Amino acid sequence: MILFAGVLIYAANDLPYRGDPDNLMHVEKSVTNTQVKGNYFVQNAYRDARTPNMVTVVLGDYRSIDTFGEQVVIYTAGLITLLVLRRTRKIRRALK
Amino acid sequence: MRRQFDSPIVILGSRLLSPYIMVFGWYVIFHGHYSPGGGFQGGALLAASILLIRVAGGRRISRLQIQEFATTPLAVIGVVIYFATGLVSMAMGGYFLDYEMLPIPGLDPAWLRYYGILIIEIGIGLAVMAILIMIYDNMVRGEDYA
Amino acid sequence: MIWELELVIYIFLLISAIVALEVKDLLVAVVMMTVFSFLMALLFVAMGAIDVGFTEAVIGAGVTGILFVVVVFQTSRKSND
Repeated sequence: MILFAGVLIYAANDLPYRGDPDNLMHVEKSVTNTQVKGNYFVQNAYRDARTPNMVTVVLGDYRSIDTFGEQVVIYTAGLITLLVLRRTRKIRRALK
Repeated sequence: MRRQFDSPIVILGSRLLSPYIMVFGWYVIFHGHYSPGGGFQGGALLAASILLIRVAGGRRISRLQIQEFATTPLAVIGVVIYFATGLVSMAMGGYFLDYEMLPIPGLDPAWLRYYGILIIEIGIGLAVMAILIMIYDNMVRGEDYA
Repeated sequence: MIWELELVIYIFLLISAIVALEVKDLLVAVVMMTVFSFLMALLFVAMGAIDVGFTEAVIGAGVTGILFVVVVFQTSRKSND
């Protein structure tokens, strides 16, 4: 385990510095000369939805179907607890 | 299973704390356009304010608030608000969840997107709140932890 | 960005994780999990991800604490290993 921690710490030395504007994910064109999608979101979020918080715009507007899937997952989890854990009066009488 | 005791200090403290958590939850939902937050966090705060009363007061007091059979319809209403927003915008000629096509007259497309995001945040908040309370209610199985 | 503050948070994070793993009383372990997720939220905020930190503080330190306490009271309180 100590060896694994050593490997992780050695690998973390090569990570780019946090918040550096010259990082690869912050440039406008990627390495293969295509558009970086996050750059479009940062530049056009306020113009598209008049919302200063761009995290809300990405979650609610650009990636809204993803958020819908997340809500369906939570709803399914609630329904499964309803089916598995709920002990109604009929089942309780059957257990006695 | 556990010894039942009524401590007035615990109930008084949770009654003092719970409305402020609830107000902060609504603030997080409706102010999520300008500050960090959104539907999920606000719904979890609302659920926390109700679960505080349920843990502290037991079943007899929590029956005065949201009852146990009311959580499942609230969750369904939350999911249906989200889905109906997308379906209405698809019926008006756009894509699914394309808020430009919502039938609210007299607004720019950008402001329509603003209000569309607000509507679905309310749906997410209701669904998350109801489902977290529903999980708690199904886990305690009608026993008291007061 | 203040590396001294982050170093202190990392040290407390390690301590709370080890205590949560090694302790016999499960209620103490639940409280240590709550402390762990709150420190994690502080780290997220220090890194600049405020929304993620807010979600972690609400979910990890609020709701799952209550659910874990309910589970501990439904089952036994001492761990067996």
